[in-house]
Amino acid sequence: MSVAIKRSIRVLQNNRIEDGIYDMWLEAEDIVADATPGQFISLYCNEGGRMLPRPISICEINRKDGTVRLVYRVIGRGTEEFSRLKAGDSIECMGPLGRGFTLERSKALIVGGGIGIPPLLELAKQLGCEKSIVLGYRDVTFLNRDFEDHGNVYIATEDGSTGTKGNVLDVIRAYNLKADIIYACGPTPMLKGIKEYAAANRIMAQLSLEERMACGIGACLACVCKSSKVDHHSNVNNKRICKEGPVFYADEIIL
Amino acid sequence: MKKKSIKDVNMEVNIAGISFKNPVTTASGTFGSGMEYGDYVDLSRLGAVTTKGVSTIPWLGNPTPRIAETYGGMLNAIGLQNPGIDVFIQRDLPFLKSFDTRIIVNVVGKTIEEYCEVAERLSDCEVDMLEINISCPNVKEGGIAFGQDPDSVENITSQVKKYSKKPIIIKLSPNVTDIAAIARAAEAGGADAISLINTLTGMRIDVENRTFLLANKIGGLSGPAIKPIAVRMIYQAANTVSIPIIGMGGIMDAMDALEFIMAGATMVAVGTANFINPRATEEVIDGIEAYMIRNNIEDIRDLIGCVR
Repeated sequence: MSVAIKRSIRVLQNNRIEDGIYDMWLEAEDIVADATPGQFISLYCNEGGRMLPRPISICEINRKDGTVRLVYRVIGRGTEEFSRLKAGDSIECMGPLGRGFTLERSKALIVGGGIGIPPLLELAKQLGCEKSIVLGYRDVTFLNRDFEDHGNVYIATEDGSTGTKGNVLDVIRAYNLKADIIYACGPTPMLKGIKEYAAANRIMAQLSLEERMACGIGACLACVCKSSKVDHHSNVNNKRICKEGPVFYADEIIL
Repeated sequence: MKKKSIKDVNMEVNIAGISFKNPVTTASGTFGSGMEYGDYVDLSRLGAVTTKGVSTIPWLGNPTPRIAETYGGMLNAIGLQNPGIDVFIQRDLPFLKSFDTRIIVNVVGKTIEEYCEVAERLSDCEVDMLEINISCPNVKEGGIAFGQDPDSVENITSQVKKYSKKPIIIKLSPNVTDIAAIARAAEAGGADAISLINTLTGMRIDVENRTFLLANKIGGLSGPAIKPIAVRMIYQAANTVSIPIIGMGGIMDAMDALEFIMAGATMVAVGTANFINPRATEEVIDGIEAYMIRNNIEDIRDLIGCVR
């Protein structure tokens, strides 16, 4: 893998797809060459006072065009700045970073919650096997149509406005969805629920975690999670989400 | 007059009888053990690598969130997570030895005895200097507890000095009323050099959730926001002690580094900038060299403390 140095890349488009959710395509042939589903890119702000890169998961990789798609939520001043970028603007970035999903050949259940949904799209595209896709939202749905080409999509909303009223586990139970492996990304309570469900049903799970990061390359030790075994790098029960993750097998970590 | 080229420029500096090919090192805790930056930086170009703090046994560090961004800086409360001295000696040190750079090991402990134990173990290793961290604000015991009172600074310095066969650098906290008094205490205790500044304590509040942004509530502020404070403190320390100073605190580029050198620092350390640009250290070295060529300065030592 080539080294992911900091560099400037071009924004091809950047559109609002829902309230506070933006869809950006970037021209990045070198990122595309190496990227795997579940990896992330560090994006830098132009405003000098906001110095730390924002880690954003890759939503889609278009190898043919050399472009990469990020779907992100505006949650602060940094992402707000990104939302104002226009086609033709450039943005500093570093990546792809981290360890993405390991694609298994067995029957899959893809489970996403909220802004954890985007990184699962490229995974759904690349997973050739039989799969079901469960997407959980608070109320407004987004990106669900993009998944429809890649498997049966089931939706849960907390307010019941679309699909099943409840959470992703309610959907899995309601439709009795079976799998040999679960791939999940979403808020920590959801990941906890998936981890317990997978353990109870003796199926494997890969979970994509999130934490505030500084460097994104494994140096600052800001983004650690608890690991079930003593980690090789840290020599304590901590793993770096940016380096050993963001995707972990469920039994590697404690949530 | 003939313009200088890189060949004519001397970047070499000397601290406690040890020569460094240039005055640029890394600030402890921002560069791992060097290995983390191996893909980004030619470590052999650095004057020295200063490692993350090393303790007698592995330390778990603090709960997350451990960092929060601030305007022009960041707060951290990592809590000195480290794999412990055994793994450092077996794994990290051989890696660092494979590069043509000096090795400064940052030493942490919960008690004076623990600092002494790490210093003693490292005395028999191929490291060049020890940096004694008595200024970390993010641990309950040790760290800053030893660094805020002159008597305590002098005491721990003289104790560690007894156990260390390597020259020691005492890393000072800016969270004090009189930095000159602390610097004098380190010198009186037998320090071979001092480094400053560690982070300034700070806090951020998550207004939406009405809670603290850091799990540790309080963290250490670093980055360019603290640079003027650091430069001022180095100037004050340099006017007070005769031992060399390693200056750090918000250095982002060569011009920042030169401010520290002109204020009296013999060496400088790049810290938070590594998180923003992994190649920051090399760029600072190149920039200092370019400045010297541009200004016809033959020897970096002519710039140390040149502003008086």
